[in-house]
Amino acid sequence: MWLYAGRRIVLTIPILLGVTIICFALVQIAPGDPIQNLLSPTATAQDAARLRAAYGLDQPLMVQYFIWLGKVCVGNLGMSISDNVPVAGEVLHAFVNTIVIALISVVLAFVVSMIFGVIAAYRTGSLADRLITAVAVFGISVPPFWLGVILVIFFAVDLSWLPATGMGASGSETFSYFRWADFKFAIMPIIALALPPLGIMTRTTRSSIAEILNQDFIQTLRAKGLSEAQVIVHAVVNIMPQAVAMLGLQLGYLIGGSVLVETVFTWPGTGYLLNKAVLTRDIPLLQGTILVLATAFVLINLVVDLAQSLIDPRLKRS
Amino acid sequence: MTDHMMTPRTAPVDPRDRGGPAQPMLIVDGMKKYFPIRAGVFNRKVAEVKAVDDVSFYVVKGETLGIVGESGCGKSTLARLLMHLIEKDAGELILDGDLVGGSTGVLLDGLRRALQMVFQDSSSSLNPRLPIEQSVAYGPKVQGASGKSAKAQARSLMEKVGLNPNLFGQRYPHELSGGQKQRVNIARALALAPRLLILDEAVSALDKSVEAQVLNLLGDIKKQLNLTYIFISHDLHVVRYISDRVMVMYLGQLVEIGPADQIYEAPKHPYTQALLACRLSMDPEARVDAAPLAGDPPSPVSPPSGCRFHTRCAFVEDVCKAKTPKLGDVLKLSADKHLAACHMVHPDSGHSRAPAHATAA
Amino acid sequence: MTDAVADSSLRPPASRPASAVRVRSYWGSVWHRLRYDYVTLFCLVLIIAIVLTAVFAPLISPMDPYKSSMAHRLRPIGYHNYLLGTDEQGRDILSRMLYGGRVSLTMGILPVALATIIGGLFGVVAGYFGGKVNMLIMRTMDVFFAFPSVLLAVAISGSLGGGITNQLLTLTVVLIPPLCRVAETATSQVRTMDFVDAARSTGASTLSILFTHVLINVMSPVLVYASTLVSVSIILASGLSFLGLGVSPPTADWGLMLSTLRQSIYVQPIVSAIPGVAILITSIAFNLLSDGLRQAMDVRA
Repeated sequence: MWLYAGRRIVLTIPILLGVTIICFALVQIAPGDPIQNLLSPTATAQDAARLRAAYGLDQPLMVQYFIWLGKVCVGNLGMSISDNVPVAGEVLHAFVNTIVIALISVVLAFVVSMIFGVIAAYRTGSLADRLITAVAVFGISVPPFWLGVILVIFFAVDLSWLPATGMGASGSETFSYFRWADFKFAIMPIIALALPPLGIMTRTTRSSIAEILNQDFIQTLRAKGLSEAQVIVHAVVNIMPQAVAMLGLQLGYLIGGSVLVETVFTWPGTGYLLNKAVLTRDIPLLQGTILVLATAFVLINLVVDLAQSLIDPRLKRS
Repeated sequence: MTDHMMTPRTAPVDPRDRGGPAQPMLIVDGMKKYFPIRAGVFNRKVAEVKAVDDVSFYVVKGETLGIVGESGCGKSTLARLLMHLIEKDAGELILDGDLVGGSTGVLLDGLRRALQMVFQDSSSSLNPRLPIEQSVAYGPKVQGASGKSAKAQARSLMEKVGLNPNLFGQRYPHELSGGQKQRVNIARALALAPRLLILDEAVSALDKSVEAQVLNLLGDIKKQLNLTYIFISHDLHVVRYISDRVMVMYLGQLVEIGPADQIYEAPKHPYTQALLACRLSMDPEARVDAAPLAGDPPSPVSPPSGCRFHTRCAFVEDVCKAKTPKLGDVLKLSADKHLAACHMVHPDSGHSRAPAHATAA
Repeated sequence: MTDAVADSSLRPPASRPASAVRVRSYWGSVWHRLRYDYVTLFCLVLIIAIVLTAVFAPLISPMDPYKSSMAHRLRPIGYHNYLLGTDEQGRDILSRMLYGGRVSLTMGILPVALATIIGGLFGVVAGYFGGKVNMLIMRTMDVFFAFPSVLLAVAISGSLGGGITNQLLTLTVVLIPPLCRVAETATSQVRTMDFVDAARSTGASTLSILFTHVLINVMSPVLVYASTLVSVSIILASGLSFLGLGVSPPTADWGLMLSTLRQSIYVQPIVSAIPGVAILITSIAFNLLSDGLRQAMDVRA
């Protein structure tokens, strides 16, 4: 087990290095010369060369990469062009907003998908199964940002129950998830985020539970006189390691995939930040945000794998 | 290498013959294959599985050489080494007098035409997406035959193995029974007109009645096409039925080799004795109740010192743990010699049961 | 030899014509199974219909999708000749949807096709040759797997900037790693099969083995997987367009329409949501179709 954990952690290092290479490359593939944007219209070629040297852009790419990597390692992600503030601070602030609603969404989706999946698998082919499968297909197929728009139209425009966009009437400084007036702002983003993972997890749960219920040991349990509820508990416990892995993966996808939903609801998270970076072509901000999100995704996967090896008896042995 | 007493069973001279009837079909000299085991945080090589460890033997033209041993003893690895399907670590292969793979020897392509293999697992040995006629015709096509002649060849081969090409040609493997699939396998191996056929557990997965049919088919084809067989199986009855000579492998090594009758009537190596004792006798009265071979074979990663069988041998003595018993120079001795790598058969080996004077191994 | 053919099935009655026992090919049996799967068939028909409306958009569009009219901005469904209303510039939404299907469907299918070829090639090479080649290819892919697909798409597209070529490029790059992994897994499984060894022992060239024996077996899992990616690609593409990273404004595209109409949800909520319905229906149809395909192609015996 410890050997597995050690190996898994060591294997993460080259992946993270690869992530930094891709993030570094993002700046390289961006069209246009970053120096030109900084120069005044009257600047000469010497001015350009001086500025280039000042930013280290006259160095070979490899050198530039390692200089940049060194800065990243101490938490310096550069300055955002549009706001002229350090990218790191801006991203971290936004990241908290993103991870909180992502966590709530994924837990919500997980709980509902377990219930749906068990019901659908227990009564395969029934009306409930078909309805649940339809919901799952809808969740997988729906563009999440469009779902956001629909939610806004329905709950904000038509019914005026929930605020359409933003994060708290009182401004985000005093935002609290435990105050109803504030939490109202988070409800629609959470629902819009939760539906796609709900669809995927429901399908997976349904097929895993159905498979377990078909195995011989379930018949043995019934023969031993266990109630149906106890039988289902056995089946659910059996798929737990898989379910936890699924949960972690979906959390990772939500953190990276919230860009569209956050844009729809102007939720001030990393997604919204990415949208701002794209609109203003703020490449340092884009790069910094992507780097933080991808790193988070890799680390979440690492934690999930380790957690899975802890709870899965089959992995424990090796 | 001249003193081969076994008279070849097939008299007619093959035009492909190069070395004459006395030259063995195939000589295997010092074949070795170690598979690395990787583990640990950095996936370094920590050990080796000695799958085939210094195996030497030869196959006389026209004979059937049986290879037996428990699963994991290296039989199948050896077959794949002979076919050059996996790279060997050491050893030489001499095909009818020509060194295979060397700069002066026959090319791999020549080896491939002369040596073909019939695989064990009928579920994975045929391409599930290819009609069987195409599977059989593939070899000739690769060797340059036109589509038409390859097809004709495939159809005549299917006829030869007892499959009606009109009925079966366009079928897919999943539409065939195990016995039929094995017939296709044989037809495919014959498609390149080989001289030596390696049959790796070729009938092991079949029902007994179908197995008998396929064995008879193999016998007929051998006579018709003047073939030499290497027959690998864990089924001792079948090996005895089909083989002229038998070699016994244990943990990657050759422990006993000799004419089939001698091996079965008077096995010399305690491992062979144990194996034979494990057979189910046809006579219920004669069946043994106790398992003569207890437990699994030791790991080929770190085989026991001295004689590899000493951990399970009933006659183990100190000398067995200290000294590796020699089999004798298989390649220099004639084919009717019965050799065993055991201290009990070698005079003056230090084992209490060893014969006192040289009685010729 | 006489008892070798005792298998009664081996010798057919002479009167039986050979053609009568001709059996279905693999694809024939897949089609046979699909024929009775009405949901999948319906989705197939729906997709063909959507593709046809997009292809023949110039012929069937009731209006010019680019002709704006300040007098008829944001009209409701069924207003005059505007069957689905008008957008914020007074352009006919139905016509723009038909034209928009051209971009959106292309963005669903073309990147998947390109990624299948490129990713499949890398995957087959990695799976067949194994060892260092496999290490190099698959570890590189692992790095791309460190990004959730939406994030990777936004990252690449955001750096490259908008435009249809950049969108195509982005989606292809995003879809290559998963396809490569599926192809690699399938290939390394096929690689261990005895029939590959049998082919090798005939002296066949690697290329011949790959084409005759490997590709044909790797194809169906890869294609099934690719078909599930079409709807992913459509949703990703519309998402990028929604962020302004797709086609440039005058061109019609479902994602872009949704993005611009979003400003008008307070005026014409229903009309604003319509382009999303097109995305949803197409995406559901592709998802169900790929489900049906997988089931039809899964059964082997």
